[in-house]
Amino acid sequence: MVENIQKPIFKIQNLSAFYGAKEVLRKININILSNSVTAIIGPSGCGKSTFVRSLNRINDLILNFRVQGKIFYHNKNIYDKDVDVVELRRKVGMVFQKPNPFPKSIYENIAYGLKIHNFIKKEMIDEIVEKSLKKAALWDEVKDNLKQNALSLSGGQQQRLCIARALAIEPEVILLDEPCSAIDPISTAKIEELIYELKKNYTIIIVTHNMQQAARVSDYTAFFLSGELIEFGKTEEVFKAPKDRRTEDYITGRFG
Amino acid sequence: MSRKIFSRRLDKIFKILGISFMVFSLLVLLVLLIDVFLDGKSRLTWGFLTSFPSRKPQQAGILSAWVGSVWIMITTAIFALPLGIGAGIYLEEYARKNRLTKFIEINIANLAGVPSIIYGLLGLGLFVRYLNLDRSVLAGGLTLALLVLPIIILSTQQALRAIPFSIREASYAVGATKWQTVRHQLLPAALGNIMTGVILAMSRAIGETAPLITIGALTYIAFLPQSPIIFLKNFPFVRFSLKGMFDPFTVLPIQIFNWVSRPQKGFFTNAAAGIIVLLCLTLIMNISAILLRHHYQGKIRW
Repeated sequence: MVENIQKPIFKIQNLSAFYGAKEVLRKININILSNSVTAIIGPSGCGKSTFVRSLNRINDLILNFRVQGKIFYHNKNIYDKDVDVVELRRKVGMVFQKPNPFPKSIYENIAYGLKIHNFIKKEMIDEIVEKSLKKAALWDEVKDNLKQNALSLSGGQQQRLCIARALAIEPEVILLDEPCSAIDPISTAKIEELIYELKKNYTIIIVTHNMQQAARVSDYTAFFLSGELIEFGKTEEVFKAPKDRRTEDYITGRFG
Repeated sequence: MSRKIFSRRLDKIFKILGISFMVFSLLVLLVLLIDVFLDGKSRLTWGFLTSFPSRKPQQAGILSAWVGSVWIMITTAIFALPLGIGAGIYLEEYARKNRLTKFIEINIANLAGVPSIIYGLLGLGLFVRYLNLDRSVLAGGLTLALLVLPIIILSTQQALRAIPFSIREASYAVGATKWQTVRHQLLPAALGNIMTGVILAMSRAIGETAPLITIGALTYIAFLPQSPIIFLKNFPFVRFSLKGMFDPFTVLPIQIFNWVSRPQKGFFTNAAAGIIVLLCLTLIMNISAILLRHHYQGKIRW
């Protein structure tokens, strides 16, 4: 029933990725549905971070990185020559492993994305800053100190600020690359709650090491192992009745 | 057991050795400073700063020398700052990291170590002769700009490299272009370190003598380059002019050098006084570099 209104927003075909000569992703085929939460799980070094970092081409920054295959975003291959990377990244936002606020005020952190996309009116920026901070469940904690340097916030607050920063420019997709790996359990709970809220309006892809987290927040789960997609399906099915032996081993913790 | 005692003793010996080396070198410096100060303090008067050089040691001053130094510094900064910082940004943020870039970077590092007189010869050939700038402030400023350019490029690169990669990722992830990232995130964050490098480079330039002598800076000048600000009797009352850049000049170290090589005792005193002024200038520049660094370090922690 739900599937009927969900269309694939990303269609990934035969995606392989390389750092220099080293192949880190091998022939990945997967469709990501809109307005859903897709969790990417797998052991360290399995290519899951590389996978999400290919979706907004942030890995272009990395020396000697290249991809083969196609990633269709709204039926347009994002690795085509005529694609505007700036526009792509505006639509496909990202939150990184370690909170990385700019060394500026809380306000400036969020306003930056707006300013570079030519929002000029101060009232409008003020309004979006407030709205984004509220969406990221940070507003109540910082509303009186918007001028304060973002680096003085706690790790968990910084990460929510980074989420607010990503939300401010109204993306369609939010990539979360192990967003909770560097923060405490309480902040983690807050961010998970947040993901649940955000899924109504955004498509979310989250990389996580934490199996319970994947089970709690996601609709779909993809299991990666040594650069290959081993299994992909509804989270319930993947966790309760994995089709592949290796998935089962990983989920039950029997993995070496 | 005895081994342990031995290495502990060695540790102590090395500590004492280190301290004595440090004290010795500081003492030498101190003696030098005190000596210069005692030699020159009798000539440290207002008149010394406001008089032109003269054949009579008692009347000679460093007016043309310090004004020349200021002119040269400003000219050097005008050319070296935008070029050096721009090149540093390009090499660090824009250039593809390939062999050619590597080759250029290595050569810039080498250029920073080239003896300054070589730059003087280049300046003489290129600016004074080929471009016909003569022995002007402009020729001198350009020559020193070449001299400090590698230092400024390197410190810009280092300042940018010190910024965590995650800041670049954060900026690109919200859809910033390369220039927006440089302009709004990287430059502000690197500014403290860049300015520190720039000031240190300039304080090297202010003490340079060899390249300016090579391009033929005069040692005796009894006039100033035309002032850049000219006051008028009528509207708009003030006019700006860079014509002074084409006037001949001298600088503090050359003036000092000139005085030291004279036989009369009075000029020796003058030289000592000139050295004090030059030392004060460098000291002020270095202190402001330190203050600047502290100011920015206090503001930005990663």
